[in-house]
Amino acid sequence: MGQVVLKGINKFYDSVHAVKDVNLQIRDKEFVVFVGPSGCGKTTTLRMIAGLEAISSGDISIDGNVINELAPMDRDIAMVFQNYALYPHMSVYDNMAFGLKMRKFEKLEIGQRVRDAADILGIGDLLKRKPRQLSGGQRQRVALGRAIVRHPRVFLFDEPLSNLDAKLRVQMRVELKKLHLRLGTTAIYVTHDQVEAMTLGDRVVVMKDGLVQQVGEPLELYNQPANKFVAGFIGSPAMNFAAVTVTEANGSLIVENPGLRLKLPDETAQRLRGHIGNEVTLGVRPEDLSVAGTADLDHPCFDAVIEVVEQLGSEILLDMKVGEDVMVASVEPTVRVKVRDKLRVAIRPSRLHLFDAKTEAAI
Amino acid sequence: MIEGARWRKWAFFYVPMALFLLFLLFPFYWMVITSVRPDGELYRPWNSINYNPFWTWNPTWDHVRYLLEETLFVSWLWNTTFIALASTAISLVCGVFAGYALSRLNFPFAGSLGTGIFITYLVPQTLLFIPLAEMIRNYRLGDTPWALILTYPTFLIPFCTWLMMGYFKAVPKELEECARIDGASRWQAMLYIVIPVAVPGILSAGIFAFTLSWNEFVYALVFLSSPEQKTVPVGVTSELIRGDVFFWGPLMAGALLGSIPVAIAYSFFVEHYVAGLTGSVKG
Repeated sequence: MGQVVLKGINKFYDSVHAVKDVNLQIRDKEFVVFVGPSGCGKTTTLRMIAGLEAISSGDISIDGNVINELAPMDRDIAMVFQNYALYPHMSVYDNMAFGLKMRKFEKLEIGQRVRDAADILGIGDLLKRKPRQLSGGQRQRVALGRAIVRHPRVFLFDEPLSNLDAKLRVQMRVELKKLHLRLGTTAIYVTHDQVEAMTLGDRVVVMKDGLVQQVGEPLELYNQPANKFVAGFIGSPAMNFAAVTVTEANGSLIVENPGLRLKLPDETAQRLRGHIGNEVTLGVRPEDLSVAGTADLDHPCFDAVIEVVEQLGSEILLDMKVGEDVMVASVEPTVRVKVRDKLRVAIRPSRLHLFDAKTEAAI
Repeated sequence: MIEGARWRKWAFFYVPMALFLLFLLFPFYWMVITSVRPDGELYRPWNSINYNPFWTWNPTWDHVRYLLEETLFVSWLWNTTFIALASTAISLVCGVFAGYALSRLNFPFAGSLGTGIFITYLVPQTLLFIPLAEMIRNYRLGDTPWALILTYPTFLIPFCTWLMMGYFKAVPKELEECARIDGASRWQAMLYIVIPVAVPGILSAGIFAFTLSWNEFVYALVFLSSPEQKTVPVGVTSELIRGDVFFWGPLMAGALLGSIPVAIAYSFFVEHYVAGLTGSVKG
């Protein structure tokens, strides 16, 4: 079992309120990812769960037992650090066995568990080496192995892939996912990389300035962001935003600014009724923009001037000037355009996001 | 490395290096040559025809034999070794624990306490020996090795503490946190993880402390009086300079033999010691 409950967790460093009233229920076997920009309190939250930071107020419980006052060693957790934190003077075997030795396991049992973990991770032939003789990816595996030999109730990961190069990071990400499917241990994972968050997490917790912005499954965050921050943070390239004013004409709602004028589809319009005359923020993802053709005549359209064309092979990113705003569109690789071209751009109407200009909450 | 023409390598690397080596090694050469030259050559006036201070054709072991047989040099050597080892051991133990506490346990005033300890290191021995002499007298430790073994740590502990503080700070704190999650108590994490990782630092602190106490002069001169209790630096200078007569041969032989143990200690640990100074902990 490994059910973790955070109840009203706060953390103060002197006058700095680093983590603000975090409430979260993590189910057994769940893979939960904390994501956010640096300084958002995600690592602090993880360290409070690990017992490495004191909790200023609130309760953390695992399987129903409050663990606020327990020492890290008594919480039955294992943690993987960003810099791996391998013990440099010990062999790989001793690194993995250390936790078991400290807990007075029998020698045979230790050997068995270390070999099992090494087999799972494919580091069986490295057991006699010292950490400095290993590559980054191998060190990462040893750090993982050190965590899994203990069979803890919860795994904690603190940006474990950040020190790897891009290719290896993708590979290890897949392996982490496989490992979790295989072991089924509850995992709490901290990262600043939204791709890692989306691909690994059963649920993702987006944090900013110590506050939880939204908790949800990856696609939920992507399709229904709770506010402008989540909308801009999740997804790459990031969502385009434009400040627009809501007006009414001939019974339908229109959002406009100097560069664009869009008629809203009815279901979106319903939600905006209360905002007529106000300024709101329009959000649209690059992949929901396309070069207007005959197929989408009924879609809302606007004019744009191409500033930069980024050929990615699988897609083309167009950096466009729309009135005063800059927008990015991700279009089919077959589209032939060049810099300074004038285009008519269509938006998939069902994919418009609107945010309150002041509170930034989704409308 | 220096790039470009060969002459640049000579002008900017080999020649300065050779001058530097000459400057550093000449005193040792002087010690060696003086300790094997017969007295007749040593005290020859500078304007005599065959005056040649840099070389001898008649090397002799007389000075070394005199030093070992006619003086108490062997017991000075033994005294110095014992005192240096004991005071180094005491200072290292205290310095390692104090350094760990000051760098890792976030107690109030840890920073200012660290600075305070360093400041005590700056108090000159020439001032400190006066009150210390009073204490040595009160505890009746005068003229025993303990007078030095207990006073050397007054400057060795601050030194070791300061050096270890810096070194412990360079050990990633995740190592210790990981050990504590793995099931080690704070004490075990220090013993099994942090201290083994800090061995290069501990070795360099130890070598420095050993050298400082081996060469120490003021306290040894003040607190020890009988010839058989003296240390090498004091013994050699007080017993081989009588009035205004310098026994150059034995004096230099004593200096040479006295510096050999330190040289051995350095060369033995040189790799660790350099790693300790550059302070690199590679994970």
